[in-house]
Amino acid sequence: MDVIEAHNLHKSFGPVVAVDGVSIAVEKGGIFGFLGPNGAGKTTTIRMLTGVLTPDEGTALIGGIDIHKNPLGAKMKMGIIPENGTVYSDLTAEQNILWTAKFYGLDKSLREQRAFEILARLGLTGRRHDLVRTFSKGMRQRISIACAIVHSPPVLVLDEPTTGLDVYSRRLVIDTIRHMNEEGSTILLTTHNIEEANALCSSICIINKGKIVATGSPEKLKKTFDTSRYVEISFEQPVKRDVFTSQGIIRVENHGDKWRIFMDDPDLAVKYLAALAEQDHLKIVSIATSNPSLEEAFVQLTAGA
Amino acid sequence: MMDWTIFARSILMVAEKNMRIYYFKGPVVVFGLLFPLLMFFTFFIGRNLDIVLFFPGFLGMMLFFTASSVGPLITPWEKREKTYERLVSLPVILESIILGDLLAGAVFGVIITVIVCSVSVFILTLPLLSAGLLVVGFLLGSITFAALGTLLASPTTDNPSNIMMLSSLVRLPLVFVSGIFIPLDQLEGWQWVLTSFSPLTYLVDLFHAAFLGDAVYPAYIDSAVLIFVSLVFIGGTKIIQRRNLVKGI
Repeated sequence: MDVIEAHNLHKSFGPVVAVDGVSIAVEKGGIFGFLGPNGAGKTTTIRMLTGVLTPDEGTALIGGIDIHKNPLGAKMKMGIIPENGTVYSDLTAEQNILWTAKFYGLDKSLREQRAFEILARLGLTGRRHDLVRTFSKGMRQRISIACAIVHSPPVLVLDEPTTGLDVYSRRLVIDTIRHMNEEGSTILLTTHNIEEANALCSSICIINKGKIVATGSPEKLKKTFDTSRYVEISFEQPVKRDVFTSQGIIRVENHGDKWRIFMDDPDLAVKYLAALAEQDHLKIVSIATSNPSLEEAFVQLTAGA
Repeated sequence: MMDWTIFARSILMVAEKNMRIYYFKGPVVVFGLLFPLLMFFTFFIGRNLDIVLFFPGFLGMMLFFTASSVGPLITPWEKREKTYERLVSLPVILESIILGDLLAGAVFGVIITVIVCSVSVFILTLPLLSAGLLVVGFLLGSITFAALGTLLASPTTDNPSNIMMLSSLVRLPLVFVSGIFIPLDQLEGWQWVLTSFSPLTYLVDLFHAAFLGDAVYPAYIDSAVLIFVSLVFIGGTKIIQRRNLVKGI
């Protein structure tokens, strides 16, 4: 069953077409990643899906409710972290969470219990009475997430939730997303971070210039665009490019102390490199075959963006 | 199908947030509290005027400035602080935000003006002929001018000082053409016509009816005009803010 559906969404700002016929369907319990370069239309699509922006054409359904016909009903099912939306800096961390919880009709004891649990999960218990204006960007983002999940929403929408965060905050945010998914929330997130999408998402959609250019599981997308398998090797001794002379080599790239050897058959490449090391008395420090890369798929699909 | 419980709750939550955050902001204190007091002292001190005669005008001016001072600050402030997008993504609709802003402004106006009124009536031993009309005046006046505040906040900007400037540009002339400094029954010709275009005129007239019984218009005319003007302000706010949202601003 699809809990987030968009059908043929269009949005233009003057002569600029921001979103051009986007349709997506997110299955219940999934984590759906929305990838695209800057200006591809991700945030505009999210804004239409969350009722912040009215589409020129098309419909968006959350749990079967049309967000533009019944915005209150649809928004009650969602927790949203807008890309440019921050929490109130003149309120404390706890006040922000409790105030948000009231919107969803949680009674006082449940509000306080949820706020306590979430602040503990996000490592902010000790700062709960501090004004948010004294917080770092990472802490503000954690409060933003706390507000979005306080009512245990069936649908959680996150627009670039980890952009600009330090490693600790990023890890907490990702753990919270995973936890919410395990608790039954369906997640829709946009990100620039392909590694993050690859690690988190059960399904991915790539958007470019307002149109969806690919959709599917990360593995499926990687295999579709798997045109550049390589072996990465490093030696203890410095070597020159011209030592790699096998006829099967497509190209050779140097990345710091590592060499990437592109061949049609990576197994053959490993055998060739082992023989080369033995022949030239080179000591191998590391050797690894590349897996199909989602980044490669992304770059190919959004080339020229 | 609109869920009216969620709608009502969203209005109250928006109002609660506004009360917590904006009541003590500098522009609200300066333009809502200090401004009417300073204007009052500027015009009345040392001029040997009858304070009882001018009290309804002063009270109207106080309610006008206080109720209309909160609204203009909220939306531009939230757009600058980037909290507006978060607010819009909560279970609210545009009407919840407008009515929540209006409610915060109206409550602020009523609280401050009731305190000023109570103290003044006690100290100056002012006559009160109709408490009912005074309550009607407070209710309709606070709603009308809080609605003016939300309308003034509607133009697209994330700079609160632009809106405060616009707000002064609109509010100050209204004070001077509302029978506050010269009672309506002493005005003639074009001056009389001019005062009829200001909604503040009808509030001051209601207060005259409540305190002195010397209103120029019947109370139902004053009330009807204030209700009509409120609806126009709220409708205008909705149209402008809806257009802003469609444009994504």
